[in-house]
Amino acid sequence: MEIGLVHYLTVAAMLFTIGIFGIFLNRKNVIIILMSVELILLAVNINFVAFSSYLNDMVGQIFTMFILTVAAGEAAIGLAILVIYFRNRGSIAVEDIRLMKG
Amino acid sequence: MIETMLPDLAPAYGEILMAIGAMALLMLGVFRGNSSTGFVSLMAAALMIVTLFFTVTWQEGAVYTFGDMFVVDRFTSFMKMLVLIASALAVLMSMQYFRDEQEERFEYPILILLATLGMMVMVSANDLMSLYMGLELQSLSLYVLASIRRDSELATEAGLKYFVLGALSSGILLFGSSLIYGFVGTTNFTVIGTNLAQAGAHGPDIGVIIGMVLVLAGLAFKISAVPFHMWTPDVYQGAPTPVTAFFAVAPKVAALALLVRVLYVPFGELAHSWTQVIVFMSLASMVLGAVAAVVQTNIKRMMAYSSIGHVGFALVGLAAGSQEGVRGLVIYMTIYLVMNVGAFACILSMRRKDGMVEEINDLSGLAQTRPGMAAALAIFMLSLAGIPPLAGFWGKWFVFKAVIATAVADPMATNYGLITLAVIGVIASVVGAYYYLNVVKVMFFDKPEEEFMAPKTRKLGAIMGIGAALLILFSLPQVNSPVLDYARMAAAALIS
Repeated sequence: MEIGLVHYLTVAAMLFTIGIFGIFLNRKNVIIILMSVELILLAVNINFVAFSSYLNDMVGQIFTMFILTVAAGEAAIGLAILVIYFRNRGSIAVEDIRLMKG
Repeated sequence: MIETMLPDLAPAYGEILMAIGAMALLMLGVFRGNSSTGFVSLMAAALMIVTLFFTVTWQEGAVYTFGDMFVVDRFTSFMKMLVLIASALAVLMSMQYFRDEQEERFEYPILILLATLGMMVMVSANDLMSLYMGLELQSLSLYVLASIRRDSELATEAGLKYFVLGALSSGILLFGSSLIYGFVGTTNFTVIGTNLAQAGAHGPDIGVIIGMVLVLAGLAFKISAVPFHMWTPDVYQGAPTPVTAFFAVAPKVAALALLVRVLYVPFGELAHSWTQVIVFMSLASMVLGAVAAVVQTNIKRMMAYSSIGHVGFALVGLAAGSQEGVRGLVIYMTIYLVMNVGAFACILSMRRKDGMVEEINDLSGLAQTRPGMAAALAIFMLSLAGIPPLAGFWGKWFVFKAVIATAVADPMATNYGLITLAVIGVIASVVGAYYYLNVVKVMFFDKPEEEFMAPKTRKLGAIMGIGAALLILFSLPQVNSPVLDYARMAAAALIS
């Protein structure tokens, strides 16, 4: 069986869905949310590279480079915010993030 | 020999100036330390004013550069003008706050500069790639700004919530972009538009529609339209007040401008698909903004729900699907800028000996202790409620007029429920007036509380005075005609 565009798109769609569910169903730890965000970006990258190869067009791969760069910056900022949050509260459990409500 | 060709830089002079200026100020701050914060803030505001002249003096038609990724026309220059004014005022308003809190950081004005640069790229984006880069430059700066007071539990929680939901929305937007790229074969807005127009009778691929809806969802997060609004109240309440004042205006204007361009340039052919989505988001935002704000006691949280409602009203103009509707949206955002900057100037003046206060009840009897501020805040609240003849009423007037005109001109369009949208919008506006009037009532008829501290700077008072005067005088043709004319030209640049 040849691995074609549809296979790549299916994997990407599955990763994307796992990422979304990881954010909303996870009740334990904020780190897992950060991992889910990375998973979503990974799914997008797979999509772009697969389409780029299918269309014989470089734009998709250039876009992927930009996404990888931004994802690194985003992870750095996310972890930094998480560190100052942990310093203030001594916990990174998702249930504890509820000082404000209503 | 390889010949190197520079792209046409002239349309992007403003952005280039901002980028270089931000880096220069960053160096200055690094070497001089936090004692240079006041100077860096003033320089940042000055830089934005200079950039403003670069963008406003742009009088040519649409010019594309950087491989058609970047566009400058009347629409972008008007929206950039709003963004730059809002950001410059946000920097100026915040200076005294951080001095009083002894939390002066030179990074603050620089982060605002970088966020503003991101917004300018967003407004000028003509490609999914430049859209994403602008959006992320803005978002990453805003995440840091939300949690800039790193010893505050509320601010860090706000930053964390904003980061998680913002990153999620960027991911959704990107997934949509990848589908659009795959099914249309390009990321350029103009080319996507022509390709979709040629798709012909069998219509666009389902993949394009899904991609468009995902991009729409990602952008709805950024403008905090229902059902993607849940981060707004928490972030507005938790973030330091000057940061909230910044969040409430400039990012919304930029994201709305981007949304308008995305819907009209690449997806103008799919208007029948996105109009229903916009109508729903607009309705839900207006109703939620009106109802949920009623029970709030914290004034920043109330302003958050108020801003959700106002985005709903602005989207009414988009739902109209006409040049007049976009013009209404542009006018609405101009007036929204004045109202919100003024209201936040008042909220930033709510300071007692033991620090800032932000409950609505803290305002009680303000009319007796600080009559000037009470009068200004009353005008901002009445204008936000949309009471004629204040400017807020005219903003609503133009969007509703546009949507009714579309509904009447094309009976088929009533299928989207445009008349219902207008009727429910007016009802929501009346319901929403309750909590704005409540603030006025608390200020004028309740027993006075301890007086606020006298302002140490004239800036906030000047902003309040000028804002209130503009809102009152908006009905005069001398005041409103420049806004109305430029808004017409801006809308005409986008839709013929």
